[in-house]
Amino acid sequence: MRVVLAEDLFLLRDGLVRMLEAYDFEIAAAVETGPELTRALAELEPDVAIVDVRLPPSHTDEGLQCALAARKARPGLPVLVLSQHVEQLYARELLADGTGGVGYLLKDRVFDADQFIDAVRRVAAGGTAMDPTVIQQLLSRRAADKPVGSLTPREREVMELMAQGRSNAAIAAQLVVTERAVAKHTSNIFAKLGLGVHDDDNRRVLAVLAYLDRG
Amino acid sequence: MNATRARDALQAGAQGLALALLGWTASIVLFVLSVVSIALIPIGVGVFTTPAVLTLVRAHADRRRLFAAEWADLHIPVPYRPHPRDLRTGITGQVERCTLMLKDGATWRDLKWLLVDMTAGAATAILAPGLLVEGVYGIALAAGLWTAVYDSADGAWWYDFIPVQGWRTAFLAGLLGLFWIVLGLYVNRALVTAHFRLTRSMLAPDSRVKLAQRVDRLTETRHDAVDTSAAELRRIERDLHDGAQARLVAMGMNLGTIEALIEKDPDQAKKMLATARESSAEALTELRDLVRGIHPPVLAERGLGDAVRALALRLPIATEVDVEMTGGRVGAPVESAAYFAVSEVLTNAVKHSGADRIWVDMHHSAGMLRVSVTDNGSGGATAGGGSGLSGIERRLGTFDGVLAVSSPAGGPTMVTMEIPCELS
Repeated sequence: MRVVLAEDLFLLRDGLVRMLEAYDFEIAAAVETGPELTRALAELEPDVAIVDVRLPPSHTDEGLQCALAARKARPGLPVLVLSQHVEQLYARELLADGTGGVGYLLKDRVFDADQFIDAVRRVAAGGTAMDPTVIQQLLSRRAADKPVGSLTPREREVMELMAQGRSNAAIAAQLVVTERAVAKHTSNIFAKLGLGVHDDDNRRVLAVLAYLDRG
Repeated sequence: MNATRARDALQAGAQGLALALLGWTASIVLFVLSVVSIALIPIGVGVFTTPAVLTLVRAHADRRRLFAAEWADLHIPVPYRPHPRDLRTGITGQVERCTLMLKDGATWRDLKWLLVDMTAGAATAILAPGLLVEGVYGIALAAGLWTAVYDSADGAWWYDFIPVQGWRTAFLAGLLGLFWIVLGLYVNRALVTAHFRLTRSMLAPDSRVKLAQRVDRLTETRHDAVDTSAAELRRIERDLHDGAQARLVAMGMNLGTIEALIEKDPDQAKKMLATARESSAEALTELRDLVRGIHPPVLAERGLGDAVRALALRLPIATEVDVEMTGGRVGAPVESAAYFAVSEVLTNAVKHSGADRIWVDMHHSAGMLRVSVTDNGSGGATAGGGSGLSGIERRLGTFDGVLAVSSPAGGPTMVTMEIPCELS
């Protein structure tokens, strides 16, 4: 799987390259500025891009803007955005086109290599990977809403993991329950929120995120 | 049109009469009292009477400033220097107060104004009702009043420059009276305005006073700014010391232990590694929160509008943000001050207002950034005292920004901030 990586801090870039190579990814390019990233995304056609929000030369949200522009030019281009802080505002912009294949994670998440690699693979396959912090912020804002308030604690847990983009199998493994139990919880959640049931994991996640982000 | 003109001229006449009467009574009395009181300072009595009399003079002048604003839409700034807050009580305090007032240039300008007001000022003002009264009198003469006042033995009855001694001259007097009234219709408003212009030239602070006021204000705001930033640095130091720094120390210790254990007891070492990773994550979280408190990353990345939008998304209350800032970003210091001001106001609203909706409106026009935060809560917020709002006011003061609060009991609360700045 070919990866374009954009990160301006040498240590982090180097560490990510080593980690990705250790998990058999092919690094198509590892760049450090916005313009370089734009060029790499256009020319190298990677399977997934891992992008730091803040990049030189402007040190504003250049990485995010490059990623959004590239996704506009090539809809569905898988992009995993990393940041030192997470903002719902950015998450909303990334999810806006509703095509999936996006991830938005805190840089801290690279500490846990297995989970991080799992997130990269998920995004590359057209799924989503939202940072738990984003989901918690969304949920706490909606906690007072009736449908969200009516979820049982377990259903809430499942919903949090589902909104992060995890598959039923991954959720089952994390919560140490069977996949069938997770499937039951998910159908309960969808019924309580009044959402149509999707068989497709990815569309299911997007529906939940859209629900949480509404209003 | 004519009716309004007539009403306006009549009103100006009444105002002129009031102004003239004030000039001839209050101004004269206060001037005499002031002079006597100041003259009595050497024998001691004056020290006690002067501040009281001068306070009355200031009240008199302030009343005139109010009239100027209400009647002629002329704004006359108040030049008096504020008394220091730590003025002593008793006799020493009284002496200090007296000295301060006498040292204030505005006091002497007030006294000069009293002199001008009782003469030129009153004279200008009395012309307005005078024209109307004189005109009515002329017409009354023509209508027959002349027969009552004219006595052929005493010679002609003079109306202005017309010797009235028969119907023909009385008719002329009537014409002149009509002329006065028409003139009054056109110039009365101007006469009252002229009176206030004269007042303003005497009472408004001259450039030296303005400069002194500016220096006072700058000294005060600089003081506040230094205090605030010192307090901020102390807070950051404490947060780092108790938070991230302590966690890194603990992590270092853990790693040392792990090094020693790794061969003897690998299981224990593994457990401790997990703890070490956890504390590094916690340190990062703390640093992230700290950074957000110093300068929010989204502010650096996106500017004020989006930073406030991002902030609104994190509030538990539905918040609508409306931003109109075309043509660039405001300078970084103002941006940061405005952000934290809005953030503080929003925090207040969430904590105290009981509102379920908040509206933030930001726009930049004519060199001024205006931000208003409105909530539909229970109201009753005040800017003064030790409230959070007075802290914001102080911080905005560094940028010559101001804050106003409108919060009647029962709501809604609207906090408005204005900061002069340019977009770049």
